[in-house]
Amino acid sequence: MIAKLLSRWPLIRQIRTGADGTGPEAMSARTRNLLPKTHEAQVARSICPYCGVGCGQLIYHKAGKLVSIEGDPQSPISRGHLCPKGADTFELHTHVARLDKVKYRRPYSRKWEELELEKAMDMVADRVWESRERTFQEKIDGELAMQTKAIAHLGGATLDIEENYLIKKLFTAGLGMVCLSNQARI
Amino acid sequence: MPGLGTSFGRGGATTAQQDLSNSDAILIMGSSMAENHPVGFQWVIQAREKGAKVIHVDPRFTRTSAMADIWIPLRAGSDILFLGALIHYVLENHKEFREYVVNYTNAPMILREDFRDTEDLGGMFSGWDREQEKYDPESWLYEGAPLKGGSGSSKAGHAGAGGGHAKDRGGEGQDAGNYEEDRTLEHPRCVFQVLKRHFSRYTAEIVERFCGVSQAVFFKAAEAFTAASGPEKTGAICYAVGWTQHSKGVQIIRSAAILQLLLGNIGRPGGGILALRGHASIQGSTDVPTLYDILPGYLPMPFFEADSKQFKDYVAKHSARTGLWSGFKKYFVSLMKAYYGALATESNDWGFNWLPRVTGDHSHFGYWLEMADGKLEGLFVMGQNPAVGASNGRLERSALARLKWLVVRDMVETETASFWYASPEVERGELSPDSIGTEIFLFPAAGTAEKDGTFTNTQRLLQYRNKAVDPPGDARSETWFIYHLGRRMKAKASRDAQLRNNGLRALTWDYPVQGAAAEPDVSAVLKEINGYRVADRKQLAHIKDLKEDGSTACGAWIYCGVYPADVRNRANERSPHDQLGHGWGFAWPNDCRILYNRASARPDGKPWSERKRLVWWDEENQEWTGLDNPDYEKKMPPAQPAELRRGRGTEALGGARPFTLHPDGVGWIWVPSGLKDGPLPTHYEPLESLIKNPLYDQQINPAAQKKARADNAYAESPGDPRYPYILSTYRLTEHHTAGGMSRTLSHLAELQPELFTEISPELAAELRLKHGGYATITTPRATIEARVMITPRMRPLEIDGRMLHQVGLPYHWGYRGQVTGDIVNDLLVISEEPNVRIMETKALVCNLQPGRRPRGNKEVGSAMEALP
Amino acid sequence: MSTTAFLTDSTLCIGCKACEVACKEWNQIGQDGLEWSGYSYDNTGAVGASNWRHVKFVEEPPTPGIGGNAGDQTSWVFSSDVCKHCQVAGCLEACPTGAIVRTEFGGVFVQPDVCNGCAYCVVSCPFGVIAKNVDDGRAFKCTFCYDRQKVGLEPACAKACPTESIKFGEINQLRAEAEERLRRLEGRGIRDASLYDSTHTSVEGTHAMFILRGDSRRYNLPPNPQVPTIYQKKGWTSALVAGGLLIGGTLLAFLADGPKHSQ
Repeated sequence: MIAKLLSRWPLIRQIRTGADGTGPEAMSARTRNLLPKTHEAQVARSICPYCGVGCGQLIYHKAGKLVSIEGDPQSPISRGHLCPKGADTFELHTHVARLDKVKYRRPYSRKWEELELEKAMDMVADRVWESRERTFQEKIDGELAMQTKAIAHLGGATLDIEENYLIKKLFTAGLGMVCLSNQARI
Repeated sequence: MPGLGTSFGRGGATTAQQDLSNSDAILIMGSSMAENHPVGFQWVIQAREKGAKVIHVDPRFTRTSAMADIWIPLRAGSDILFLGALIHYVLENHKEFREYVVNYTNAPMILREDFRDTEDLGGMFSGWDREQEKYDPESWLYEGAPLKGGSGSSKAGHAGAGGGHAKDRGGEGQDAGNYEEDRTLEHPRCVFQVLKRHFSRYTAEIVERFCGVSQAVFFKAAEAFTAASGPEKTGAICYAVGWTQHSKGVQIIRSAAILQLLLGNIGRPGGGILALRGHASIQGSTDVPTLYDILPGYLPMPFFEADSKQFKDYVAKHSARTGLWSGFKKYFVSLMKAYYGALATESNDWGFNWLPRVTGDHSHFGYWLEMADGKLEGLFVMGQNPAVGASNGRLERSALARLKWLVVRDMVETETASFWYASPEVERGELSPDSIGTEIFLFPAAGTAEKDGTFTNTQRLLQYRNKAVDPPGDARSETWFIYHLGRRMKAKASRDAQLRNNGLRALTWDYPVQGAAAEPDVSAVLKEINGYRVADRKQLAHIKDLKEDGSTACGAWIYCGVYPADVRNRANERSPHDQLGHGWGFAWPNDCRILYNRASARPDGKPWSERKRLVWWDEENQEWTGLDNPDYEKKMPPAQPAELRRGRGTEALGGARPFTLHPDGVGWIWVPSGLKDGPLPTHYEPLESLIKNPLYDQQINPAAQKKARADNAYAESPGDPRYPYILSTYRLTEHHTAGGMSRTLSHLAELQPELFTEISPELAAELRLKHGGYATITTPRATIEARVMITPRMRPLEIDGRMLHQVGLPYHWGYRGQVTGDIVNDLLVISEEPNVRIMETKALVCNLQPGRRPRGNKEVGSAMEALP
Repeated sequence: MSTTAFLTDSTLCIGCKACEVACKEWNQIGQDGLEWSGYSYDNTGAVGASNWRHVKFVEEPPTPGIGGNAGDQTSWVFSSDVCKHCQVAGCLEACPTGAIVRTEFGGVFVQPDVCNGCAYCVVSCPFGVIAKNVDDGRAFKCTFCYDRQKVGLEPACAKACPTESIKFGEINQLRAEAEERLRRLEGRGIRDASLYDSTHTSVEGTHAMFILRGDSRRYNLPPNPQVPTIYQKKGWTSALVAGGLLIGGTLLAFLADGPKHSQ
């Protein structure tokens, strides 16, 4: 019993194993059991949201939560590497200032209010419909125009091609909006 | 895009980033690639390590310059002088790759007798209409090429409202399959000789005097770059918005295109022009555009003009007899079938009359100025932050206050969403929440990890992203937002039978949704973009499968093949098996990684050299083969003669004309139609400049739109004594554009926490500026302050005997986020390059004084009640 | 288990700071100040408790070269600094609690659950790498991504580095690569490059090696780093001598005093 207790005394242990207290013998249980946070995480293959290089990203997630975002070594363009922005993609998704509710500001108001998502969608649909009704020109000087210039859209270069496709399809081909622009006037 | 589009046929980078490692010389100009595309820059480093010469031309010594063999500081805005001198150097010293030039470019084509060059007309080309202030480009055509339709309104340069993104449909103004040529290149009116005369005064002496580059340095760079030419060698050019964001941006890119065509560097490994795009899907948002002047696949929007009223006229105008644009009708009809489904029929011209007509400049600045005048009611802003990112921010933000309603969708509350209480205008008392009637909806957006979707990267590569987790709370994708907004709009339209609602009612909108949030299935949208056979919804595998009889639907013809089968999404394939990355993603068109790669082989189909082989004719199997998918008719033998005068389609091009979108199948050194500011690049001074144009009476690009008005004022030019310094704006590695995706993040904010201005020791001494102190920078638009960084990386240049100083300002800061600062873009003026309507940001004038700017209204922050 | 190392090649570094961010993202270290330093593009200052990778910007006035009509070229050199994971590690020798251990990969790892914040290690690091966290007083530094290495993953910084300026691998292989690299650089006319690995000092070599140009002090790297324990022998000797003298003196005093006392 005493011998057993003594043998757990680090000094004795070190003398017996020849260790000097700076190797595995000094490791805590936490250190010994240490594993990367991506261990047993699922991974989705993705692409960096920043510039146009198009680096491959691996998105590690567990139980519906992001764990880590890093480069995809298989990408023939990036070969696993990322720049500082790309390397910060996890923070981009998880930082505290991210919005998760619709904010609404009434005309002449001095404050934001919170709005329920479906209600906000209904309100926006109403605004678009009313503005379009007021401003739509089916004809100009007797010639077909089928347009409204009073509703505009800006943005697209940070969005997906599917999103851009639907924006152009609905706004231009559906609603007759002609004022569409984005960052890519090159 | 039209810079590359008119020169080569497609508005996209001609090569892949990885291929830079095969270059023998790389010219980086108009880009700080190491800073703004660091991961792409690894391929430049690889080339350098293999012995390639890397040349960086930039007013500032940047992190890119630090890695280059040769750094050349030049006066901002003098790019065409420099590139023109390189072209001149090639021609003077017979450095052109003759066999390539004769066979694969329009250098032999003979021009009309009535053409007059800028050398003859003081900096203007023939055809300038003083009244309308635009060119009639008819005299720019090839001799013998008849005008299509014969009416003046079909001249490409003359469409008043016309944006340039769709240009050029392969000679929209002419039948470019008809022409005279001289393959000895001796005829005085052949393109080659005209080019020689045009650039005859772009000499090394001019470069020394007006770019500020010594002749010795110029020649060193010229020798290094032009040596990378010929059968055994190739050189590449990389550019970014340092070229595009000028009042002559398209023509700067054209200069590069001419240089590369002369050197035989297009369509070959290690060659090409790599346009470096600054957002994840800049290329994608032009291919599948959210732009006013084009439909997907660079099909032009119908304009409100005589020759586009009828469907048949519109098709005739934009089709070509020869080359790939001969298929215009099938691309367009297939798009209409994708948009309007069963209700698009031949009898209603496939719904052509449901499309709105473009009646003016509806680009960002075009409509924003109308917004500032109170003419708009509503605005959607998605993933962009114009309150910080756009020129003349004060005007941009003030215009928002005149809207009835504004919808902003982003991951954070951007400056655009908070302009009504936090903008400098509120601080200065120019605006107050009490007087702003704009109703604002700020929707939380999903991030890339939270949605499926495809980006098209800088090298035309479609890469699909797979969703990892749900977005937080009520955050949703744009797909979700547009789909559910569309659902509501269609429901309203179904109760309203007005003419205007016919298109909306016909619009196909039956995307399947998934999960509790009813998220649309993104792959269904991508399948529609790819295209399918209407009868059985079988996916199309190739552009060749498209039909003009309405039996196929296709949302973007150039992307056809990305989803060739119900179960095969090539954008989501992740098994690369070679350096060009085949097996990983899908490059448009037809998974070609290097465009026009037929040019990598000699006219007889054999590689120019073993070292530079890419695509060649396989005699045994009688087809094109090689290391890339041939960007050519696979079975077209190299010896097959062209039938340009009588033939139709791509078959008419025969076996040795690699630029298949052009009706003549060759690269365009000379652009006979499609550009609004000339068939050849010409040096004009920036809209605001310190000096007089050294070459011509004409000071600025005559076709550029200044949009000058009281709230968008210009400095006098040349040489406004109030604004004696040159101003350039740019990005830093550590931040992203207007900052919404970087200033909000701790790990990036700490790396560059504050706005600074980079100034040479000489200017600092002159103005008694202290390193680390403050400077106030002024233009006619705004006054801002920045910390002073005095650095030898900035240097004054001796221009025509005068020392000129350049001031650098990175533009990432605003009034939201973890780090804030004055908005640099407030200094800029709204202006429009004539072809794409981009603003000039790289060469303006400013003044600079030591100390902080005057403070505005003292009641900062009082405009707001306690915010949530 | 192979012995691993970093080889950071400053001739390939573009100063993008991806290593700094990738490290902070993996290890979830917060930002440590939003102050603009004005020191070139460096706003994080140095390696420390909340900055385990740090890119140094060496900006120097024009030296004869090429560029512009001034005919000279500025020099701007970047190099990413990190814990050296010394073969003979001062921090590890000084740690009285056993919080600092050497891992099976040869790295020096601080166990945050053992560290009590005594800071003996801080003064014992010849490179000034390890530092106390301002929040809780414990010592922190680069872990050599011990967690990642355990399952065969490379450290986060090396993985991110866009130009492969930071290489990670088996130490002897990296040494060979470094020598090959130096030969190639010399072939290109770059004669001032050298390998910085402190093998000639009492540190006896590092697991983070650097290829540098010119004087290592330009990069805040001491030319001759020493482990403080080499001064121990001298210290103990002095103590012994001092102790001996003290005892001797006391005895002498007694001896000298002896007769008087007996009186």
